[in-house]
Amino acid sequence: MMVEKKKTTTKKTETKKQEAKKVAPVKQEVKKQAAAPAPAAQNAVAAPGATTQKDARIGVFICHCGTNIAGSMDIQAVQDYAKTIPHVAYVDNYKYMCSMPGQTLIQKAVKENNLTGVVVAACTPRLHEPTFRTATKDAGLNPFRFEMANIRDQNSWVHMHDREGSTEKAKDAVRIAVAKAALLQDLFPKSVPVEPAAMVVGAGVAGMQASLDLAAAGIKTYLIESDMSIGGRMSQLDKTFPTLDCSQCILTPKMVDVGRSEKIELMTWSEVENVEGYIGNFEVTIKKKARGVMTPKEAAAKGIVGGGCNGCGDCDAVCPVIKPNVFEVGMKPRKAIYINHPQVVPLIYTIDFNACVKCGLCVTACGPEKRAIDLNMQDEFIKVKVGTVILATGYDIFPIENKQEWGYKRYENVITSLEFERLICASGPTGGHLVRPSDGQTPMRVAFVLCAGSRDNTGIGKPYCSRFCCMYSLKHAHQIVEKIPGCVPYIFYMDIRSFGKMYEEFYYRIQNEGAKFIRGRVANILEDPKTKNLHVYADDTLLDRPVDMEVDLVVLAAAIEPKADTNRTRKLFGVSCSQDGWLLEAHPKLNPCGTTTAGVFLAGVCQGPKDIPDTVAQAEGAASAASIPIHMGEVELEPYFAQCIEEKCAGCGMCVNLCPYSALSLVEKNGRTVMQVTEAKCKGCGTCGGFCPGGAIWMQHFATPQIVAQIDAFLLGGEE
Amino acid sequence: MADNKVWKPKILGMVCNWCSYAGADLAGGGRIQYPPDVRIIRVMCTGRFDSLFVLKAFADGADGVLISGCHFGDCHYLEGNFKAAKRMFMVKRLMKSIGLDDRRFRMTFVSASEGAKWAAVITDVVRTINELGPSPITEFRK
Repeated sequence: MMVEKKKTTTKKTETKKQEAKKVAPVKQEVKKQAAAPAPAAQNAVAAPGATTQKDARIGVFICHCGTNIAGSMDIQAVQDYAKTIPHVAYVDNYKYMCSMPGQTLIQKAVKENNLTGVVVAACTPRLHEPTFRTATKDAGLNPFRFEMANIRDQNSWVHMHDREGSTEKAKDAVRIAVAKAALLQDLFPKSVPVEPAAMVVGAGVAGMQASLDLAAAGIKTYLIESDMSIGGRMSQLDKTFPTLDCSQCILTPKMVDVGRSEKIELMTWSEVENVEGYIGNFEVTIKKKARGVMTPKEAAAKGIVGGGCNGCGDCDAVCPVIKPNVFEVGMKPRKAIYINHPQVVPLIYTIDFNACVKCGLCVTACGPEKRAIDLNMQDEFIKVKVGTVILATGYDIFPIENKQEWGYKRYENVITSLEFERLICASGPTGGHLVRPSDGQTPMRVAFVLCAGSRDNTGIGKPYCSRFCCMYSLKHAHQIVEKIPGCVPYIFYMDIRSFGKMYEEFYYRIQNEGAKFIRGRVANILEDPKTKNLHVYADDTLLDRPVDMEVDLVVLAAAIEPKADTNRTRKLFGVSCSQDGWLLEAHPKLNPCGTTTAGVFLAGVCQGPKDIPDTVAQAEGAASAASIPIHMGEVELEPYFAQCIEEKCAGCGMCVNLCPYSALSLVEKNGRTVMQVTEAKCKGCGTCGGFCPGGAIWMQHFATPQIVAQIDAFLLGGEE
Repeated sequence: MADNKVWKPKILGMVCNWCSYAGADLAGGGRIQYPPDVRIIRVMCTGRFDSLFVLKAFADGADGVLISGCHFGDCHYLEGNFKAAKRMFMVKRLMKSIGLDDRRFRMTFVSASEGAKWAAVITDVVRTINELGPSPITEFRK
């Protein structure tokens, strides 16, 4: 393998060296290519001779964007210059090109001046390319006869105080765009059918809501959850702010609905293993981890009539292995065969094979009728085809022990908010009695440390606000006042961010209930070794004096961070992440559910910290967005496919090896070996076109002559 | 072109649509200022960049070329940036062999969320090219 690779590199270098020596002929070759008709018949240049470079007539439209562009450059100078660029037949400017009058201007100019291409110098194609393509189409041209010059986001906004520099840059940008526009071809998007099914990854409240909505819209939905039950983080909570609804009470009906829905195929204890394909046609391989226990359905499939797990718990009773229950944040024991909590959906036991000693007691306890337990179960891989995907992978708690000054994991009576939730919850390890972990006593003074790891620029914590810690800490304060008469909550805060509906009112209510608020970041926490009480040191910034407060229990409102395997998940689906690791939306304001991969959507905290109402709202948004392509039945793919110029292709097959999508293959045609493109598989990256030593690959819309023309226009255009 | 004019570097930037172009747009949204000497050509993926494009740019008189894409492992098309990086090393060797300072050609990795990094990259590229001065090929062409 290695030897072969080396060989190739040497070959490549030689070829390029030769090419580099004769710079002049490159141009010739380019012209030849431009004249050559694009190979695929349906995508060939519209009419013979319609647009060779000679008779291209390009219209240039310069946008002021109010003062966004016009404020930083000389629009008139750009317009005057544009008139001198070869092929430019019409130039105009307008205050807002994207507005209706602006678009009408384009349509009118195209018709009146017989233009063959449109260049709009405005913002970024990532924002308004679709707008202007539609305008170009409405003017009677092929929408792909449009090119955008970015003179706002990458010019006027970043050179605000360099009027001359930005004006010159804008002139060049227009010239480069015109050079490409003159060589653009008519292209026709390819329509592909959409598989009428969706997939939701992660079955927390976001994933469940999205699945329920998709199912209600009549769409078959695969809901994938890596844990043994659905419900996610919300099922670990006791009450929810500011209404004080019991979290389980409002969540369990939804969990049951998900379990019951005929349209939802629930796959717990499963993970996404591999993803192939594109919008409308994702082929996803799901790893169904060995659970060791069969569902009634699986048992029936194996011919065990009336068998399978019914959640009786007989196995649990006899299992000799004891492990900490992760669902209870390790504060309660569980067996090697277990369920997270009594309300799990589906109610099927799971074996932790890392702990199981395979003694077989559970098999005996399960009995000869159910025969639900199979200690030799293997991981299964299932392939499903879906049209769209929603990622709802949620979050993890930041390892707050990294902030050593607060002593989490060193001092027994310093706990996190999630542990507090479990301790105060009636179904939790203490039956809802809040106790100190050190001695089981009821605490009478509880300190809450807000922004524990959030809004932290030391490099240890997270720079962002985790958004819901203020509110749940207020709720915790309320709960202890309510449950433990005489208990005083002390809240150490930087700012109380109570931004939601009825949140500020809730804040006032907690103030009136007797919670003490101390504005200051906690500097240090020290334990009294005898009493195990804690001394909280902070600076009260309102009274401007240091505080040393002795309390019985400290609750750290720990920051949240993206789920540990987020990176793996997002790479499987080709989704980017922002600097802090949360999954990146397509547009922060206008497309908060979409991603840069068509057909993949985001819901919930995986996109950034949110509380439950926002999570559910985004999940409904994502479900709506994900159902659109499915209900449309087909989607248009951008026609940036590779094409083979067969007369140039030597059939070397280098491109076939380079293609990450296996879209290229070698075929025999007229006695020669040439490359063939499977358009449905090609995503248009152009990696093949960037390499082909013979220049035999035509990348539609990013063809070599078009790019070379852009380079020439930039570097030579101004002088010649 | 009048020679008495103050020399300004001519730098070509080829950036991928998904990461660096988006990052550059983000720098715009954040109004992060940087020098205006780089001209951008957008391609879908850095994998599209043909070694020829870089050589053509230098032959045309570019003083510097920048290729910028996604971070390794983040490529929208899985591995286009790896392939681009391989070509980059080859082109750099070639540049050295013809006596062209290979610092004139650079490949960087700027994600869609790294607006500030994009501004820093451009500032640094422009500074480097300013230090290196006009490309010797420009002189040769005269």
